[in-house]
Amino acid sequence: MTEIVKKFLYLNRKAPYGTIYAWESLEVVLIGAAFDQEVRLLFVDDGVYQLTKGQDTSGIGMKNFSPTYRTLGDYEVKSIYVHRESLESRGLTQDDLVQIAWEDWESGEEKENIVEVVDAADVTELMEGSDVIFSF
Amino acid sequence: MSILHTVNKSPFERNALESCLRFAAKGASVLLFEDGVYAVVKGTSAEGQVKAALEDLDVYVLGPDLKARGFSEGRVIEGIKIVDYAGFVDLAAENDKVQAWL
Repeated sequence: MTEIVKKFLYLNRKAPYGTIYAWESLEVVLIGAAFDQEVRLLFVDDGVYQLTKGQDTSGIGMKNFSPTYRTLGDYEVKSIYVHRESLESRGLTQDDLVQIAWEDWESGEEKENIVEVVDAADVTELMEGSDVIFSF
Repeated sequence: MSILHTVNKSPFERNALESCLRFAAKGASVLLFEDGVYAVVKGTSAEGQVKAALEDLDVYVLGPDLKARGFSEGRVIEGIKIVDYAGFVDLAAENDKVQAWL
């Protein structure tokens, strides 16, 4: 059977913990990974806070789901984009974000970090170039 | 009559902090918690607003919410006091009223 591969873009614009959006988005990404589609994640506005390093929720009685982002490379997610201006206006740089490694089990191809900081024009292009956009 | 103002929304998503700072009386206390804590981080586009507020108001941030979001105490704008849950309770008890900017 020939499978139709679509380009899926998950657009994340909410901070973690304050609302359920970030967690729900992650759940959908993980579920969607089972369908062998081309999956890209994009973090814009407060969504960039989802990827901050060193999250420790022991004091607030909520599950810390940030380690899950680091496993996305194992779920067929090949590209993760973060909007540069969103980071900068929040006093953040790429050094504040987790690194997400990726490895192709078949070819053995590896990437140390698939998190890429991109400009607004790239965000536009990503949206235009995707078949489906899931917005959270 | 002293008021404790609480803000739990990100300053980049809602105008809760902006309204709070506009209407809080001189000498009032403002506690930032949940997504409101993003306002206390140094180097953000909200820093000027927060620093200006420090001249007239006592600003507090809930430490556990800051830690949950990956920010250490060193990232917090000088002059903002970090409190724990017991400190939150003390603030609520010390003030006559609590105004929550939802």
